[in-house]
Amino acid sequence: MNFDDYRGIWVYLEVKDGKIAPVSLELLGAGRKLADKRGTELAGVLIGSNVKPLASTAFVYGADVVYVYDDPIFEHYRTEPYMRALHDCCQKHKPEVLLYGATPTGKDLASAIATDLPTGLTADTTMLDIEEDTGLLLASRPAFGGNIMATILCKKYRPQMATVRPKVMKALSPQPNRTGKIVEEHISLREEEMRTKVLEVVRETTKKVRIDEADIVVAGGKGMGSKEGFQLIHQLADALGGAVGASRDVVEAGWIDHHHQVGQTGVTVTPKIYFAIGISGAIQHVVGMQNSELIIAINKDPNAPIFQSCHYGIVGDALEIVPLLIERIKEELPNIKTASKLKEEIHHA
Amino acid sequence: MLHIVACIKQVPDTKIIKMNPKTNTMDRASAPAILNPYDAHAVEEAVRLKKKYGGTVSVLTMGPPPAVKAIKKCIELGADEGYMISDRAFAGADTLATSYALTKALEKIAKHQPIDLVICGKMTIDGDTGQVGPGIARRLNIPPLTGVKKVVEINKEKGYAIVQRKLEDGYEVVKSTLPCLFTVEKEINDISFAPLPNMIKAARYQPTIWTADDLENVDRKQLGLKGSPTIVSKVWAPPKPEGGQLLEGTAQEQVNKLLSIIFEKKELFQ
Ligand SMILES: Cc1cc2nc3c(=O)[nH]c(=O)nc-3n(C[C@H](O)[C@H](O)[C@H](O)COP(=O)(O)OP(=O)(O)OC[C@H]3O[C@@H](n4cnc5c(N)ncnc54)[C@H](O)[C@@H]3O)c2cc1C
Ligand SMILES: Nc1ncnc2c1ncn2[C@@H]1O[C@H](COP(=O)(O)O)[C@@H](O)[C@H]1O
Repeated sequence: MNFDDYRGIWVYLEVKDGKIAPVSLELLGAGRKLADKRGTELAGVLIGSNVKPLASTAFVYGADVVYVYDDPIFEHYRTEPYMRALHDCCQKHKPEVLLYGATPTGKDLASAIATDLPTGLTADTTMLDIEEDTGLLLASRPAFGGNIMATILCKKYRPQMATVRPKVMKALSPQPNRTGKIVEEHISLREEEMRTKVLEVVRETTKKVRIDEADIVVAGGKGMGSKEGFQLIHQLADALGGAVGASRDVVEAGWIDHHHQVGQTGVTVTPKIYFAIGISGAIQHVVGMQNSELIIAINKDPNAPIFQSCHYGIVGDALEIVPLLIERIKEELPNIKTASKLKEEIHHA
Repeated sequence: MLHIVACIKQVPDTKIIKMNPKTNTMDRASAPAILNPYDAHAVEEAVRLKKKYGGTVSVLTMGPPPAVKAIKKCIELGADEGYMISDRAFAGADTLATSYALTKALEKIAKHQPIDLVICGKMTIDGDTGQVGPGIARRLNIPPLTGVKKVVEINKEKGYAIVQRKLEDGYEVVKSTLPCLFTVEKEINDISFAPLPNMIKAARYQPTIWTADDLENVDRKQLGLKGSPTIVSKVWAPPKPEGGQLLEGTAQEQVNKLLSIIFEKKELFQ
């Protein structure tokens, strides 16, 4: 394997609901830095049905090149056809680094293709860097339940691959005039040869606001005492117009379903305000919310580790504090809303 | 009759493991070894499918000799046979080398009795990658179905399986040819209590143990540390956060202060 044949930083562009997934845009941001450091190009690989128009989004967010596989066979994500397309692209154009979002789809695709290439794959990366001269990718991730961080290298194989946690890297601010090169690719795949078929896609709409998209997340832990006590979390979230998050222990107790779990084995969130109420602040929880803009903790134990990871804390009984908080918010919020509306009207007048 | 093989691993319980602060290595002695929690669900599902459709459940692990205990745990859960591959040559394997060795073992098991379905856990709590399952599927050239949260139907005569795969905001129903490989979510089932006869069988049970030499057509370069493209170059303790400011006063005063902080983010409340 001649490493000089392998050039360019690539991002697998995951398509979700007809758009490039946010995590892929974040990876273009991270990938841009790596590509600049190496003095090489940043490319995206776009696979799907009617996806070619999305390439322009990738350029706006930093890509120089987009390889497109556009074919009806790619309508739903399936390991086999997607893997064959991406594998084809890797063999033709030989990237030195290939990054994927650590989503169900990204992980599935990356694990399969790593075996076929073959090459090394680092899972759930949270920090990325590259050695300027050697091009060695430094992929770091929490290990052993978040007890340590480990940097993982892949010295003898190319491409070097990693899945990267959503919401950890930052997308660049879009540059509407930025463009790049589209390279259309084809691979002949026949539907009759495919061994899997997607029969139905079911969206579960029970979650009012997706917690990874909400500006305000109100998360509760075992400290809420019971499923009934946990209702206060819902009420506070409602009062603020936010989404409900939870610790793993709460999910395991059956107070709320797993979609709401924040942390290493749940979702990573980066809202503008994060409330951790009755949550002890175990490292596995904290890794999922530490990048939030403003973190507020309420816990009755002054020594709870969560106070190390928050911006502001209240030591007290959540069952007493939260109802007070809800009451005051209900009083104040209408005033704030009218005030800002007034200001707007004055502004417009 | 189905032949289902569940791949299982013995892992240190990372929930209570202690780290050596000087070397940043795990103090393995501080944590009891347990059956990887996700793999317990894999075995449970295999046993449920056996009860529904008839067949045999085998479990396979790669690990050091004490991992026999994890196999016994699976026998308690209702598995029929246990296989273990254990050899210094396997040590230091990353996911690529692990899936290689496990595939060689699966091929050997399949000679004895063809395999219809392989079930893996979603991930291990020590390796924490979820990559080994899909790796095995690619090597066996069977479809990988990751994130299975429900098995809808298995039809061996017609040669297909239908499952629900978990997605970020729902699930999809997928039909696959058999044989295939599932990796399963925790929510797929609740672990049943082990009935007494299983406990008795487990206590006496001795799995089949193979070394690297017992496996066929093995390329030794692909085993263990040698066969692992990824290496851990550095471990460090995550930086300790600095800690925040505690609000003071009565509950009412604390709440008022908190509100003024929150409402500073005006744009959120317009
Ligand atoms: C491999 C692995 C992965 C994990 N992944 C995750 C994950 O993704 N997400 C996650 O959250 N956890 C995860 N965990 C679990 C994590 O280690 C903790 O066990 C969990 O976060 C604790 O939940 P908790 O804070 O709600 O409960 P506890 O630890 O029981 O804490 C409850 C807190 O509430 C406080 N409290 C009690 N009563 C009151 C009251 N009336 N008012 C105010 N405060 C009160 C207590 O002082 C305490 O601090 C993982 C663990 C492992 C090993
Ligand atoms: N050493 C092993 N022996 C048997 N099965 C394993 C081993 N390592 C991983 N697996 C299987 O692969 C799954 C994913 O593991 P991992 O990729 O380490 O997260 C596990 O849940 C097991 O089903």
